[in-house]
Amino acid sequence: MTTFKPRRLLLHVIIICIGLIMLYPLLWMIMSSFKESTEIFQSNSFWPKKFTLSNYIEGWTGLSGFTFGRFFLNSFFLVAMCIIGNLLSCSMAAYAFAKLSFAFKSVFFALMLGTLMLPFHVTVVPQYIVFKHLGWINTYLPLIVPKFLGVEGFFIFLMVQFMRTIPKDLSEAAEIDGCGPIRMYWKLILPLALPALITTMIFTFIWTWNDFFSQLLYLSDVKMYTVALGLRMFLDAMGQSSWGALFAMSTLSLIPLFVIFIFFQRYLIEGITAGSIKG
Amino acid sequence: MKSAWKRNWVGFFFLGPWLIGLIGFTTIPMLTSLYFSFTKYDMFTPPNWAGLANYIEIFHDPKFYSSVKVTAIYVLLSVPLQLIFALLVAVLLNRGIRAVRLYRAAYYVPSLFGGSVAVALLWRQVFDSEGLLNSVLGVFGISGHNWISTPSTSIYTLIILAIWQFGAPMVIFLAGLKQIPVDLYEAARIDGANKFQQFFKITLPMLTPIIFFNLIMEIIHAFQAFTPAYIVSGGTGGPLDSTLFYTLYLYQKGFTEFHMGYASALAWLLLVTIAIVTGLVFASSKKWVFYQE
Repeated sequence: MTTFKPRRLLLHVIIICIGLIMLYPLLWMIMSSFKESTEIFQSNSFWPKKFTLSNYIEGWTGLSGFTFGRFFLNSFFLVAMCIIGNLLSCSMAAYAFAKLSFAFKSVFFALMLGTLMLPFHVTVVPQYIVFKHLGWINTYLPLIVPKFLGVEGFFIFLMVQFMRTIPKDLSEAAEIDGCGPIRMYWKLILPLALPALITTMIFTFIWTWNDFFSQLLYLSDVKMYTVALGLRMFLDAMGQSSWGALFAMSTLSLIPLFVIFIFFQRYLIEGITAGSIKG
Repeated sequence: MKSAWKRNWVGFFFLGPWLIGLIGFTTIPMLTSLYFSFTKYDMFTPPNWAGLANYIEIFHDPKFYSSVKVTAIYVLLSVPLQLIFALLVAVLLNRGIRAVRLYRAAYYVPSLFGGSVAVALLWRQVFDSEGLLNSVLGVFGISGHNWISTPSTSIYTLIILAIWQFGAPMVIFLAGLKQIPVDLYEAARIDGANKFQQFFKITLPMLTPIIFFNLIMEIIHAFQAFTPAYIVSGGTGGPLDSTLFYTLYLYQKGFTEFHMGYASALAWLLLVTIAIVTGLVFASSKKWVFYQE
């Protein structure tokens, strides 16, 4: 075995080098966010000459009288609502597909899989017009309500895959004990499907946090802005002149994603691989 | 034995929210946008039937051709390069080394952040004339230009951004690699096959279902890229339309110029294109995807 050691070491060195090159722009952004504005482009040094929080203070103050704190609260609110919506609507549909039998089930299931491949641009124009007529433009409703109606087919698919692995004996035993379908869903299937629910939660968090297109479309009032829109506004208003503050707020905006990733990595990996391996 | 009526009632109760969503947010909007695509519609006055006018106009629109070209280059380069990179790194990581979870996590980080506005902003800076790339090149005595404001290079900065996010398909490849039975490699070793032969004769054929899955997902994904092009070009698709992604052009037509009919026609052409491309990949899969018995 000892003869293999140098090659092993080489392998580690290669993997670490590629990794460092990949992560370097991110690390550089974080470091730059602690540099004084004049230093960012003038020196090639990775470490700041002098650590300063001034970029964070300048960035946080934001523009138009709203701090980034406001944008963070808005983003968190939106994420929370989308998570609740996706968990409820997708788990209900998944329960129907995985555990119940009813007319046209396979047709509906095929339709659901079809929506997975549909580019959302095909529906966005009429959706926008409907939301405009309902007076929902510049509210969070166009971003939240669809989640309560199960538009994210990927999560339904994920949960169906998971619920199918729950043994039939369990639900049959519960049925004999007089457990109706609604109690069965709430008391038996949902708790057992917890891993799939957590995966849904994680992905909803990441996708909603990173979403730009629909937030750009529906939110125009600065006080409604999310972190993504806040960053864009900051760029438009300040341009190249305040990269330090932009980097500071960009770094802050990535922290929630990173925290989620650290704590729920296992569920994330399961979610990514679910469709490809079992399906 | 429960009656069929009651079973249906229970099933549709649970399916209800999704069904309303399917009809309200997918079926009806799809049909409506198909109708709009045959009309002139600015949202303020009712749609006017225009027959094929939008489609004819599209095929005489130089900006449409620009956006098709940009998107085609983006899809054709970013998808294969990203997948090749993902596969190579997955193979490196799958050699039973220590700390594989740590490496996997580190390589996944760009995929986690990649879709965000923050990273698009960072990208704009990295490829700026005084940006990170040029300062690194400067160390080696090479002087670069502004990669983003130069039309001939701007699209490649976005392709690099896509390749940079190879972590998600890599994770899928890694899971697939773990499923290849070890005895296949042992048998090959006994027969005297070297590492390259093992890779091309065992690993690659056994992975074809996963490659196929990743290919389909990444193609669909790449056609719909929007955020990076919007942020990097400030929403214009410039310079000289060199980052005018198809979806960005659609957004401009629909939501800044309010040509809703035209935008709907663009959307339907996108749908048809994605359907044809994924259909071709599906059809070709019989020739190259190897399914185990």
